[in-house]
Amino acid sequence: MVKVGDDLLAAIGGLPAATSPLVVEAEGIHKWFGRQHALKGVSLTVRRQEVVVVIGPSGSGKTTFIRCVNHLEKIEEGRIKVNGHLIGYQEVDGRLKEDREKNIALQRREIGMVFQRFNLFPHKTALENVTEAPIQVRGIREDEAKALGMAILARVGLAHRADAYPVQLSGGQQQRVAIARALAMKPALMLFDEPTSALDPEMIGEVLEVMKELAREGMTMIVVSHEMGFAREVADRMVMMDDGRILEEGTPEHFFENPQQERTQAFLSKIL
Amino acid sequence: MGRAVPSSRVLRPASALAGGLALVLAGCGPSSYQYNWNILVDSVIRPDGQILSGIWLTLSISIVSQIIGIVLGVFGALGKMSRIAPIRWIANVYIWFFRGTPLLVQITFIFFGLGVTRIYQWPPINLLGVSIPGSIQAGIFALGLNEGAYMSEIVRAGILSIDPGQLEAAKSLGMTYGKAMRRIILPQAARVIVPPLGNEFNNMLKTTSLLVIISVPELYVTFSRKNASGPTVFHPFELFLAAAVWYLVLTTIWGVIQAYIERRLAKGVAGTPATGGVSLRERLFGGRRPEGAPQGSGGR
Ligand SMILES: Nc1ncnc2c1ncn2[C@@H]1O[C@H](COP(=O)(O)OP(=O)(O)OP(=O)(O)O)[C@@H](O)[C@H]1O
Ligand SMILES: [Mg+2]
Repeated sequence: MVKVGDDLLAAIGGLPAATSPLVVEAEGIHKWFGRQHALKGVSLTVRRQEVVVVIGPSGSGKTTFIRCVNHLEKIEEGRIKVNGHLIGYQEVDGRLKEDREKNIALQRREIGMVFQRFNLFPHKTALENVTEAPIQVRGIREDEAKALGMAILARVGLAHRADAYPVQLSGGQQQRVAIARALAMKPALMLFDEPTSALDPEMIGEVLEVMKELAREGMTMIVVSHEMGFAREVADRMVMMDDGRILEEGTPEHFFENPQQERTQAFLSKIL
Repeated sequence: MGRAVPSSRVLRPASALAGGLALVLAGCGPSSYQYNWNILVDSVIRPDGQILSGIWLTLSISIVSQIIGIVLGVFGALGKMSRIAPIRWIANVYIWFFRGTPLLVQITFIFFGLGVTRIYQWPPINLLGVSIPGSIQAGIFALGLNEGAYMSEIVRAGILSIDPGQLEAAKSLGMTYGKAMRRIILPQAARVIVPPLGNEFNNMLKTTSLLVIISVPELYVTFSRKNASGPTVFHPFELFLAAAVWYLVLTTIWGVIQAYIERRLAKGVAGTPATGGVSLRERLFGGRRPEGAPQGSGGR
C-alpha cells in the first residue's frame, strides 16, 4: 500500500524532478479559427511552482490559449515549450511540423487539465476515473493505481465516494474528482479552465480549497478564473487578456491596487 | 329514371367486387385444397432434423453475419470520421455501395459473380472438423458486408452523440485517439448503439431467408424444400405458416434478450436505477423509440 501523505503532492509522489526552471514558454502564439483570429501573438512564461491566474472578458481567448498549451488546439504561428520540450510540433529546417499523435500523447501525460464542465467519464466510478489513465497510459499495476487513486481521492476529501458514479456526485464533488484524475498522472503543470464557473455558489469554495492547497504545495498552475479572492490569495502573477492579446501582466497587488490599462480597470470593476 | 343512374353507378363496382371475392374464395376453398393441420403441428411441436438444422443454420448465419457487421460498422464509422481523406473516401464508397444496391444483387454477385469469373470460387472450408460449404461462406460474407454499411451509420451516430469533451478529457490524460475510442468513447456510445443494433439483428434473422437464392439450407429453404418434394409436398399453407411460427419464435426470444440487455446497460452505465431502456412490451409490439442516452457528465 502507498502511504497516504500529509498533502496532495505527497499523495501523488511529490513534484516531478525539475528539468528547467521554466515550465511554460509560449512565444508569439497565433491561432485562427477559419477567419476568426483568436490569438494574436500571445507570449507567456511560467516558472516552476508559479501560479498564474488569467482573466479577461468573454471571447478574449483565455480558453483557446490554455488549450494550445496541451495541443488540444493547433497553432498557426509561434511556439510553446513545456519543460523545455516543444509541444505538438517538431522543428524541421526551422519550420514547425505537427508531431506524431503518439508523441503528443506522451507530452500530454505531463500536463494536467481541468475543464469547466468537468468531463468526467460517466461510465466509470470516481475511483475508476482517477485510475484509468495511470493504468491505461502509464501502465501502472491495478492494485498500485487503486492505492494511489484512493490516496488522491482522500486528499480531495472524497475517499468515501470512491465507488460513486459521476451522476451521483454534486458538481463540486465532480470537479474535485476531475482534479484528482488529472493529478493521478503526476503532472508537472496543471491547467484550469474556469473550474468553478459551472458550479452552484455553495460548491465553489470546496473546489477552490483544493486548488489553493495544491498551489501552496508548489504545483505549477495556469488558472483561468474570475475568482478574485482565489487570485489574491495564491496567484504569483495575473494576466489580463483582451481580444486575443495579453493586455497587462503583473502581481495581484498590481492588479488590485493600480492596474495600468483602462480596459483592465473597467473589467476588474465589473467582476470585483 | 333519373334516380336509377346514380344507384347503378354505385352498384356496379360493388357487385363486381363481390363477384371477384366469390371467385377468389372459390379458388382457395376446401374443395380444391386439402388442409393437413398435422404438418403445421408437427413442424412446430416435433420439428424433424431437417427443420432443426435449418433453424440452427439461420441462427448461426445471423449471429456470425451480425458480428461481422458490427466490426465493419465500427471501422466504417471511424473511417468516415477519419482525418485522412483517402480513408474517408473508402468508407464512404463502401457504405454508399452496400446501402445503394439490393442485398439480393449483392448475394448473387458475391457467390455466382465472383465464382464464375474465378476471382474467388468459394471452396468449402474446414473449421474445427466441420466442412462449411462455399454458399454459406458467401452468404455470411454478403450479409456481413451489407450489415456493416448500415451498422457504420448506427455506430457513427452513437459516437457523435457523445460529448466531445469526453475525447478531450481522455486526450488530456495522455490517451491516444485509439485508446480513447476503445476505453472512453465506444463504451459510452454502446448505450446509444444497442437499441438500433437489436433491431438490426431482428432484421438479420429474417433477412437470412434471402439466401434461398444461393440455396443455403436455412429455415426458409428447409420449408420450401418440404413443399417441393417428399411426404409434405404441396402444402404451402401449413408449411409456410410453420416457417413463420419459427421465425416468430426466434425474433421473440431475441426481443426478450434485447430488453434485458437494454435494461442492464441503462443501469450499469449511469450507475443509477434503470430509467432508460425499453420495456419488453414495447420491444415486441413496437411503440416509442428509445431516445439517445443522456450525454457527458457535465452539470446535473
Ligand atoms: N472551436 C471554435 N471554432 C470557432 N471559433 C472559436 C472556437 N473556439 C473559440 N472560438 C472563438 O475564439 C475566440 C476566443 O474564444 P475563447 O473560448 O478562447 O474565449 P474565452 O476567453 O475563453 O471566453 P469565455 O470567457 O467566454 O470562456 C472567440 O471569439 C470564439 O468565438
Ligand atoms: Mg473560456
